[in-house]
Parts: sequence; structure tokens; C-alpha cells
Amino acid sequence: MKQIHISINGTRYHVAEHSNLAAVLMDNTIANRRSVTGEPRMAVCGMGSCGECRVTINQQAHQLACLQQCYEGMEVQCEP
Amino acid sequence: MSLNLVIVGAGPAGLAAAWSASQSNANITLIDQYDQAGGQIWRGGANYAPKRYQHLFAQQTTLRYLSKTHMLGADADHLFLATPNGPQQLAFDRLILANGARELFLPFPGWTLPKVLGVGGLQALVKGGLQIAGKNIVVAGSGPLLVAVASQLKQRGTIIKAVVEQAPLGQLLRFGRSLAGYPTKIVQAAQSLASLRNTPFYPNAWVVAAEGDGAVQQLRLSNHQIIECDYLACSWGLIANSELAQQLGCTVEHGSVLVDRSQQTSVNHVYAAGELTGIGGEDKAIIEGQIAGFAATGNYHAASQLANKQAQARQFSQQLATSFALRPELRQLAQANTLVCRCEDVAFEQLQHQPSWRSAKLQTRCGMGVCQGRVCSGATQYLFGWGQDSVRFPLHPVSVADLVMESV
Repeated sequence: MKQIHISINGTRYHVAEHSNLAAVLMDNTIANRRSVTGEPRMAVCGMGSCGECRVTINQQAHQLACLQQCYEGMEVQCEP
Repeated sequence: MSLNLVIVGAGPAGLAAAWSASQSNANITLIDQYDQAGGQIWRGGANYAPKRYQHLFAQQTTLRYLSKTHMLGADADHLFLATPNGPQQLAFDRLILANGARELFLPFPGWTLPKVLGVGGLQALVKGGLQIAGKNIVVAGSGPLLVAVASQLKQRGTIIKAVVEQAPLGQLLRFGRSLAGYPTKIVQAAQSLASLRNTPFYPNAWVVAAEGDGAVQQLRLSNHQIIECDYLACSWGLIANSELAQQLGCTVEHGSVLVDRSQQTSVNHVYAAGELTGIGGEDKAIIEGQIAGFAATGNYHAASQLANKQAQARQFSQQLATSFALRPELRQLAQANTLVCRCEDVAFEQLQHQPSWRSAKLQTRCGMGVCQGRVCSGATQYLFGWGQDSVRFPLHPVSVADLVMESV
């Protein structure tokens, strides 16, 4: 499968093209966001319903990672 | 002028509806929030669907597919959509709702830890490339999805530490016997069970707590077992995505959209098919979708020929609901500080003395975050018996800029 590069929190990752972004983040144990009381959260429903997987993609905030396929040059920012 | 038919949801029910409707000369618009059609069951694109549905996309003549599009709301003859290119109003003469179901999540200590996720949720991420070979996974909660997903994961090299089903064994065996009337389902069930023959299966049991530092590492079960794991896939069945139907004024009873024999809802020209009308899986979705597609385009003869299969599918749906009914002990799982609303981090103790969903929203912000109650409304319905009294626009979060453009 074709490999592409994406950036997550400034670090470069090689991933298979068309990988689901929420899956990539979970694979690398990177929390997508912090809850309002500061808990780390990752994807839960996997189908665009719960909103737990939201991240910033190419400076656009509140994108649901579980509905996103990775593409070359994608820049992902998670809440620290 | 030909009829404008809009179908919401491109899973089995929506695609089946589109196929039936394509036998007429209707202008068909199919909408889905994912980029590829197929829904959860045929996730990965229309090429995972049966051939006849793939042809729909090959022709491209009568069918328009709006992908990555969220529903914001609806009035009597328009849908309001958030498309990748901004908001859009879409007029319809006939509307078929086929926007499926989501998993029911119930709060228990540790359920908000990373890598505790839905059973269908994990399945979706695995289809999206999540590496699970060699990982230790527990599949828990309730419903036929548990065994089906555990079996798929095992075939991909996962170590299934246990399948934990809250329903008692006797109820499960009765359900197994009831499958005798559905040969394809009995074959599927037998194949799944055969692949899990060396996997611990605990009926009559449930996860009481998930523990871990930064992500789930260990589970405590109601049968006093302690299991280490890398992932917990846990959900308690499915609930229909009935919000859009409610906004359109369709009658919804016990979580399901009421429909007649032609799949028409209580609102004229609005049809519903698949999980929306009662959880029943792929076969029910296809039959009901076909009927809705025929009926919405005036082909009542073709619709009526499917009546027997429709009745059988509905009967199966009722059997599912009875066999996997949730036990009352699950209401005791949440502790005082267990979060119930994960968007706004509202704990059980803040909610337990609230009189209603509306009061809880106003006093605690429960249900007012990004998910708009899609997760916690199911839980609070089960825990406290609350129902939603109204469903407001927008159904999905939308930027103010988009809303401003909308009104211009």
C-alpha cells in the first residue's frame, strides 16, 4: 500500500494512504483532545457521532478525525 | 418534471432505496456524512456493497451523491445541510430517512479512558487501518455485534481476552433457537462462534470498571475477574438516530420511527427505513430500503411484493430487542464521580437529583456539548428515564460564519 506523510503535533509520520486519521492517532497513543476538565480523550464511536476525536486539521479546528482519511501533507494538531 | 427524491444515509437502507427508486425517472440525491457510500456495514465504499448498488455509482445519470455532508435540520420541504463547500438548502418532493443508528454507551468507572471505545467504533477504526494484530482486546456490553466483531478481530490476529455479554445464557440460547427461521443469520452466527471456540465467553456478566494510566490497561468484571487489555470495545446495543425524524415531526415511539407498510412515517412524503424503524441489521435495512424507494416513487406494486420479507424482518427486530434487553443492575454501574456527559464532563452525582433532561441541560450543561446529547441522551434515558422534549436546529455543530451565509 502506498505510504504518505502527515504531520501530527509537528512530528512527521509515515502512514498508509487513506488510513483513517482517528485510527492513526489511536495506533500511536496520541490523545485527540483534552476534555473540559483536562482528561485525555480518543475516538469512541468511530462514526462521526460522539465528537470525542475532534482535532485541528490544516488550521481548521473541530474536525472529526474518524471521518477523515489521511492525505499527503495533512497537518494535524491535537490539544496538548 | 420528474420527482426530487432525497435519501439521507448511504448505508444498506439508503442504497437499497436508491436502487429501487432508480427504476423510476426520479432525480435522486443521496447524502452521507462519510466520503464513501456504504454506511457502517459496507464501510470502505460502495464496492463492499452488493453489485446492484455499485451500478448506481457507475451510471451517475440519475443519482447525485453528496458526500461529507452533515444534516443541520429540516422543514416541510427543505433540508439544511453543511457540505464541505458551506451550507446548502436542498428542496425535496419525497424524503427517505435512512440515517441509521449509533451505539448505546452506558457510563461506568473508567469508560472515558482512551482506548475504551464502541464495538462498532473499534470495528470502524480497524477497517480504517488500526493495527490490532497481537493486541489484547475485550469485547463487552450486549448484542449480536459483540460476537460478530470479536470473530472478525480474531481473524485479523487479535487476542480476544474475553467476550462479556450482559444477557443471561438462557436468553441467548432462546435467541439462538429463534434464528432457525433465518438460514443466512444462523450460518453467520455459527461461523462467528466457530472462530471463537477457544475464546472465553462470559454471559450474564459485564465490565464494572476500566482502569489505566493514560489509556485502559485493566478491567474488573461483575464476575470478579480482572483482565489486562490494550483495548476495551464496549457498547450496549444500538439506538436509532431519530433526531432528524423528530425535527420533521415524525412520530417516534420507544426510540423507533413509526412507519406504515410502505415505510411512510406519520408525515406525508417522508419515509424511513432500516435501523431508524427498529434495530434489525442489514437484511431488514435492505428490505425496508427497497420498499421505501419503490413507494416513494409511486411503484406500490413492487413495494407490496416485499411485504412477507418485511414482516419477517420486523419480527426478527422484535426478537433482538427482547433477547438483549438490558438488565437493571447496569443502572448501578456509575459511581458518584463517574462522568455521564463526556462533552461537558458532568458527573452522575450532578444529575441524579435532576427531574428531567431539560432541567439537567439548563442546570449542568449535560447534553449541550459537541455531541448534542447523542451519547448521553441514550444513557440518561436508561439511567433516569428522561426523554428529549424537543430537537432543535442545528443537529450538528456549525460555524457562525456558515450560519450567517445561510441567511443571506
